[in-house]
Amino acid sequence: MKPNDPAITWLEERPLGLTERLYLPLFVQGLTTTARHLVSPKVTVSYPEQRPKVGNPLIYRGVHRLNRDPEGRVKCVACFLCATACPAHCIDIVATESPWPDREKYPESFQIDELRCIFCGMCEEACPVDAIELTSLLDLTGKSREEMIFDKEKLLSVYDMTKDAEPMKSAAMGGTL
Amino acid sequence: MPVVIVDGQEIEIGADERLNCIEAARRAGKEIPHYCWHPGLSVVASCRMCLIETGQRDAATGKISMVPKLVPGCQTPVKDGTVIVTESPLVKESRARVEEALLINHPIDCPICDKAGECLLQDYHFEHGQAERRADLHPFTSRKRDVGPTVTLFVDRCIMCTRCVRFTREISGTAELMVTSRGAKEEIDVFPGHPLDNKLSGNVVDLCPVGALGDKDFLYQQRVWFLKREANVCGGCSAGCSISTEHNQDAVYRLKPRENPHVNKWWICDDGRYGWHHLHDSSRILEASRKVAGPAHRVHGSITPAVETIEWADVVTKLRDDLKAAGRLAVAVSPMLTVEEAWMLCAVARSIDPEAWLAPGFVPVTGTDESFPGGFTIRAEKCPNRRGVEEVLALYGAGGRSWNDLVAHVAAGKAAAAWITGGYPGPWIDTATAEAFAGLVQLVVQDLFDSPLMRLASWRLPATGFAERAGTWVNVAHHAQSFSQAIRPPAGVWPEGRLFWNMLGRRGLYDPVSVRQQIAGSSAALAALAGEMPATGVDLRIHQLA
Repeated sequence: MKPNDPAITWLEERPLGLTERLYLPLFVQGLTTTARHLVSPKVTVSYPEQRPKVGNPLIYRGVHRLNRDPEGRVKCVACFLCATACPAHCIDIVATESPWPDREKYPESFQIDELRCIFCGMCEEACPVDAIELTSLLDLTGKSREEMIFDKEKLLSVYDMTKDAEPMKSAAMGGTL
Repeated sequence: MPVVIVDGQEIEIGADERLNCIEAARRAGKEIPHYCWHPGLSVVASCRMCLIETGQRDAATGKISMVPKLVPGCQTPVKDGTVIVTESPLVKESRARVEEALLINHPIDCPICDKAGECLLQDYHFEHGQAERRADLHPFTSRKRDVGPTVTLFVDRCIMCTRCVRFTREISGTAELMVTSRGAKEEIDVFPGHPLDNKLSGNVVDLCPVGALGDKDFLYQQRVWFLKREANVCGGCSAGCSISTEHNQDAVYRLKPRENPHVNKWWICDDGRYGWHHLHDSSRILEASRKVAGPAHRVHGSITPAVETIEWADVVTKLRDDLKAAGRLAVAVSPMLTVEEAWMLCAVARSIDPEAWLAPGFVPVTGTDESFPGGFTIRAEKCPNRRGVEEVLALYGAGGRSWNDLVAHVAAGKAAAAWITGGYPGPWIDTATAEAFAGLVQLVVQDLFDSPLMRLASWRLPATGFAERAGTWVNVAHHAQSFSQAIRPPAGVWPEGRLFWNMLGRRGLYDPVSVRQQIAGSSAALAALAGEMPATGVDLRIHQLA
């Protein structure tokens, strides 16, 4: 399309009126907006001194945890379905034969690269035994990349930390516990 | 020619072909589901999954009369005028019922079952089963039973197709497996004191259509949908079985037999099946290095001469210069090399020294050939390409020689430098034999692992294993099979083919196909290698017979 195309309607900028040329009314108008926000209720929080409020911790997608069964063992059965579903390929599992008679295999090692994770929650969706869940822990920091690769013990400790505030999904919510 | 009508489609079959309905339908592109039938085993028609409708067309009138009942497709041979119906409502209903019956006592532990993803019970259930379940889920998990050193039986997952039992009776001829109890309590088991420990035992895992038989070597290692498959050839012995190398992220997880009617049919032996662990052995030689003048130093208590590591790109020139300076060259062309690599190695050797003395490398032999009633033979010669290397050497006027001739040639002082290619998965040379190479000016040893010969070498070069190379191997029966690289060698190691390709001054990436075409064009014995190679390989004698 060329600039002289008949389909184009060219609009001229409106010339400034007197009040606009005087500048002062607009200046007052701007300051009024600033003043209004100074006294209106705040929508932000002063993180990290203040903690943001998570609406529903049960559906929030923060740091992962590995749940324990009633006997305190890792609930995971090392089926690799979370690793299969993961679009970021951040889950690495090494499976081995379980030492317990009621379980066939369990994860010898279970690592999640939290830096690679995109917190989509697909692992939680895929898990057939509700072993992996996303908690409402949202501030995830570390001093090195290695530190941000969470191993099985660390993920289980996240469970120990959050189990009281965020219990495992009950059967009523579609969980197995 | 007899004509069979499959779902209204007429297909011709050979006049002397003996096909059952499953095979005939497959020709027409129709897959009849089946569990117990396997082309390599006898027919029992026990799973009832292949039930179909059949009939006969009258040759004179063209009138079709159908059999009133469903018949098992595996047990029903076809002849001229046979009518097969595989998609009728009656057949579909029957399949859904069979699936439902099989799943009544099947634990739905697919998430932790190693077969999930390649399980016929899963596949057929999605295709032919019904969505709802009318029985309770029982049991949840499967009982486990140890049936041998390589195989674990998950008792409750079994659907009693008895393929494994028939395999041990008909193919391996060892008959360790049996069926105990009757009716719904039937189970697979071994006879007391006779574990499943024959040399073909791993095949029962491949035969199992469900997850009942698990390979201990692969159990829990990886989910099958992560694996990538590459058509390869087993390098364990001179039988050259067609295999499929299943790997992920440059690590081999298992080897599976690949159907090849000319070589191994559907089977491979356990030696080959588990013979890939050396590829990931941490003691592999991974750096190209050469001895340099300088003080020897002590490493782990043994005196090691000073060595320098050499970049692969520099190996190409420095190795040539060193060998050229040394003088008369003797080369051992390993039977682990492919035809292409052997041919290029000979060309490299002759370009360095036009008089280079070429001979085959060491041929490992263990015991005697081991044959099984099912027609499978494990060869005593534990290298895949002796015939191919001999054909290549004959091209270079070095036929009829052996490894011992080369040792004698070097021991007699007729060579100043030697280039010994290896690639053997285990120890192969003793100190006494290696001593014959001690007095050489330059000794190039290219091998996977350290050996007495490697310790004498002035040039140490890493070799690559079977899944890491590409090319053609010729088995003991003159059957040539081409394959490509399945995984990359570790730590940037150059496969032999790439090194030789670069030493020949060729440009670009190593291309085994172009080398193969060149060899085929220059040798009558290897002429059959020309053109596209079928997946099952070619018989090299095919042109010589004509």
